[in-house]
Amino acid sequence: MSKTITIDGKTIPFMDGQTIMDAALAARVYIPHLCHNPEFKPHGSCKLCTVKANGRLVSSCTMPACEGMEVENGTKELNDERRDLVRMLFVEGNHLCPTCEKSGNCQLQAVAYCLGMMSPRYNHFYPQREVDASHPDVFLDRNRCILCELCVRASRDVDGKNVFGLSGRGIGSRLVVNSCSGRLGDSDFAVSDKAAQVCPTGAILIKRQGFKVPIGQRIYDHKTICQVESQGKTGGEEDE
Amino acid sequence: MEPCEFPHIGEHLAPIMERHGGDATRLLQILREVQDCFHFIPPEAVSCIASHLKLPRAQVEGVAGFYSFLSLSHQGEYRVLFSDNITDNMLGKPELMQYFCNKLWVEPGKVSEDNLVSVDSTSCTGMCDQGPAALVNGWPLTSLDRNRLDLIAELIRMKKPVAEWPAMLFEVRDNIRRPGMLLGEPFEPGAGIRAMLARGAEATLSEMDVSNLRGRGGAGFKTASKWSFCHAAIAEEEGSMICDVGGNPERFIVCNADEGEPGTFKDRVLLASYADLVFEGMTVGARVIGARKGFLYLRGEYRYLLQPLEAVLARRRAAGLLGENILGETGFAFDVEIRLGAGAYICGEESALIESLEGKRGRPRNRPPFPVTSGYKGRPTVVDNVETFACAARIAEKGGAWFAAMGTAQSTGTKILSISGDCARPGIYEYPFGVTVEEILRDCGAEDAHAVQVSGPSGTLVSWQEYGRRIAFEDLPTAGAFMVFHRQREMFAAAHNFTRFFAHESCGFCTPCRVGTQLQKKIMDKIAGGHGTPADLEELKHLGHILGSMSHCGLGHSAANPVLDTLRKFPGTFERKLKALSFEPAFDLDGALETARKITGRDDEWAHLS
Repeated sequence: MSKTITIDGKTIPFMDGQTIMDAALAARVYIPHLCHNPEFKPHGSCKLCTVKANGRLVSSCTMPACEGMEVENGTKELNDERRDLVRMLFVEGNHLCPTCEKSGNCQLQAVAYCLGMMSPRYNHFYPQREVDASHPDVFLDRNRCILCELCVRASRDVDGKNVFGLSGRGIGSRLVVNSCSGRLGDSDFAVSDKAAQVCPTGAILIKRQGFKVPIGQRIYDHKTICQVESQGKTGGEEDE
Repeated sequence: MEPCEFPHIGEHLAPIMERHGGDATRLLQILREVQDCFHFIPPEAVSCIASHLKLPRAQVEGVAGFYSFLSLSHQGEYRVLFSDNITDNMLGKPELMQYFCNKLWVEPGKVSEDNLVSVDSTSCTGMCDQGPAALVNGWPLTSLDRNRLDLIAELIRMKKPVAEWPAMLFEVRDNIRRPGMLLGEPFEPGAGIRAMLARGAEATLSEMDVSNLRGRGGAGFKTASKWSFCHAAIAEEEGSMICDVGGNPERFIVCNADEGEPGTFKDRVLLASYADLVFEGMTVGARVIGARKGFLYLRGEYRYLLQPLEAVLARRRAAGLLGENILGETGFAFDVEIRLGAGAYICGEESALIESLEGKRGRPRNRPPFPVTSGYKGRPTVVDNVETFACAARIAEKGGAWFAAMGTAQSTGTKILSISGDCARPGIYEYPFGVTVEEILRDCGAEDAHAVQVSGPSGTLVSWQEYGRRIAFEDLPTAGAFMVFHRQREMFAAAHNFTRFFAHESCGFCTPCRVGTQLQKKIMDKIAGGHGTPADLEELKHLGHILGSMSHCGLGHSAANPVLDTLRKFPGTFERKLKALSFEPAFDLDGALETARKITGRDDEWAHLS
C-alpha cells in the first residue's frame, strides 16, 4: 500500500489511475451516486457524488485521486445539496413510488431515503413522457428516467449494440431508441442484454418479474443504500 | 410503421453525402444542409445519414435533437427567429414579433397551417447594436420595424426565395466607434508570420509570454501558458524537444467563433472586417505548437460570414500564407477549415465546442484531461477566442513588450467591447484595459444609466454606484458585452430575460443545471406574473447556491448570476413585484383557464377568475 487519500479523516489507499469514487468503493466508503456504476466508464452527470477535495468541489466519479488529497464527503453542507439534487430528479420526472414495481430496489428512492428527503420541496413539472411496451420482454417507462445513461453505456460498451441514446437538449433531453420507429420492440434489444439490468430506477423493467421479490424483502427495505454499499450486499434478501 | 413521407430520400441526400464523404465528424454540417433542404430533418434522412456514416441511428437523432437550428419536426418553409436578447426586447421585439405573427396568421412557436412559415424566438443573434434582429432561414435581418416586417411578410406570402430578397434587409454594419491597436492600425497580411519565422517559433512563444496576453473569451487564461501546455503534452508523448515542426502526430488549433454570450458581437466585426488578423494569429499559433490543421468554429447565427471567410482563406492560400511551405518555409504547412454551429450557446465552452467539432452533441467533457492534452479526436488541441488570435498576430509582428505596454500589469493590451442598450452610439469600442465604466458610458452617450451588464448574463451587473470600476481581469473581466440600462428600465425584466436564456441553453447533462435553470425560470415567471412572495426570493438564492456549487460547467455556475446580482443590487425591482403575502400558491387558477379561453375565443371579464 503506497498512496493514500483521506475521506472525512479516514485514510484510504488508492492506485494510480483510480478516481476518488474508485478508492471509496474499494474501501466501502459510501459516496452517494446514481449515474455511476463501477462496471462502466464514469459519466459525472448526476452530481450526487460531488465532494470537496482539497477545498474544491469535484465529481468524485471522474476526479483522479492524488497523494494526500483530503476529501470531505459526509458533511451536512454536501448532504443538504445532494438532497436538493435528488429532489430535482424527483420533480422533473414522474416518480410515483407506491405504484412502481421497482420500489424497494430503486436507487433513486433509496438515495432519497438515505439523504432524509421528506418532501419534494419544488413544484412537480409533470412532464408528458412516452411509455414503450412494444418489446416482448422489457418495458421502457421514460417517466422514471433520470438520464444517467447507464443503459446507453451498457448497450454501447458491453452489448455492442447502441440500442439507446440521448436526444433533445436541456430539460427536453430524452432517451431515444435505435430503431426507425423509435420503439424498443423494433430494435435489436434483448432481455439478456447488460443494458436491461443496469437501470437504477424503474425506467427499464423486465416484464413478468415485477413482484417475484415481495415488497418488504427488497434490497433497500431494511437497510439504507448507505448500509448496503458500505457492508456489501451480504444479506441475500435481494437474491431470488 | 407510418407511411414514408420521403421514399426517395437517398437520391436527395446523395450530393450532400458525397460532398462530406463518410467522415462522421461532419455529421453536424450534413444535418445543417439537410435542414436547409427540407426545412427539417425527416426521420428517413436520419436513417439514411446514419447508415451512410456508419453511426447508430440514435446518435444521429441525438445530434439533430440537440441544436436549436435543427428540427426533427416540420418547420415552415420560411423560419423566422426573432432575437430574444434583452436589448432586442428593449427595442420592441415582443410587440414586433406579435405584429408579424398576426400579419401572417401564425402563432409564435408554431407552423402556419399551410406549412409556409414558422415564427419563434431564438437566443441573441449578435446584432444588438442594430436590433431588433431576426434570422430568416439562418440569414440575419437587422433594424426591424413595422415597415420592414410588412415587406418581409409580403415576400413570404409571394414565396420569394430568401436569396432574392432586397439586400438592405440583410445589411449588417460594423459600427466601429473607437478603434485601437487591433481595429485602428493597418495590418499587412503575412507581417506577423514573417516576423515569427525570422524570430523562430520558440522565441515567438517567449514574446507571447512577455506580452502576458490572456484569453479574450472571458476566462482570462494566459495564452502563452496554454500554448506551452500543448507543447508539453506533445513533448511528453514524443519524449523530444518542443518547438519542432513537421512530421509529428496530429495536434490542432481551434478558433472559438461561437460568440453566443448575449450582448457580445465584437467577434462578428473582427471576422467580417479583420479576418486576416484572426487567421494570421491562428497560423502563428499553429507554427508554435506544430499544428498542421486548424478549425474555425463559427456560430450558426454568423453563417452569412461563411462565404466571405472562405474567400479570405482562398486569398491567403493564393498568397502563400496558408497551405504547404508557407512563405517558402519548407515543412511549414497549415490550413484552416470552417465548421458551423447550429444554435447552441454551450458550444462556446471549449470542450463542448470540441465535441461539436467532432459532430456530436455539444456537451462539456469531464476534466481532466484538458483539451491541451486531449482535445479534438483525443489529440492535443489549443482553443482560443477570435480576439485572442487577433492579438497574437499583432504580438508576433510587434513583439511582446509593445503589447504589454498597453493596459494594466495584470491585463495587458486592449479589449474590444460591444456596446448596446440605452445609449446614443451603440457599436464597437476598443479600449486599453483599465478603462472605467464611467468613461465608457460617456463615450457611448449613455445618459442616466442605471446599470450595465458587463460580459453578458454570465458576467456582472454593475450598478450606478460602481461606475468607477475598471474593465480588467482583476476587476471586471469581460468577454466583451456591455449592455446599458436606463434609469427607467425595470431591472427585473433583464434578470427574467437572462433566466429564460439559461434555461433554454442548458445542455441538460448535469442535474443541477438541467433542472435548476428551469426552477429558476419558473420562479421568475411566477414573480413576473404578480404571484411572487418573499419565500420565492429565498428560494432563488438557494437555487443560485446549488447552481453555483454543483454544476458541471461554467454555464451552470453562472446561470444564477443575473438573479443574484439583481437581488443584491436592485432588491426593489423584485420587491415591487411581490404580493404582500407570506404564501402564494404556484398554481394560478386564472392561468389554468387560458386553454379554455383560447378554444372559445373569449377574453371577456366573465372568462376570467380573479
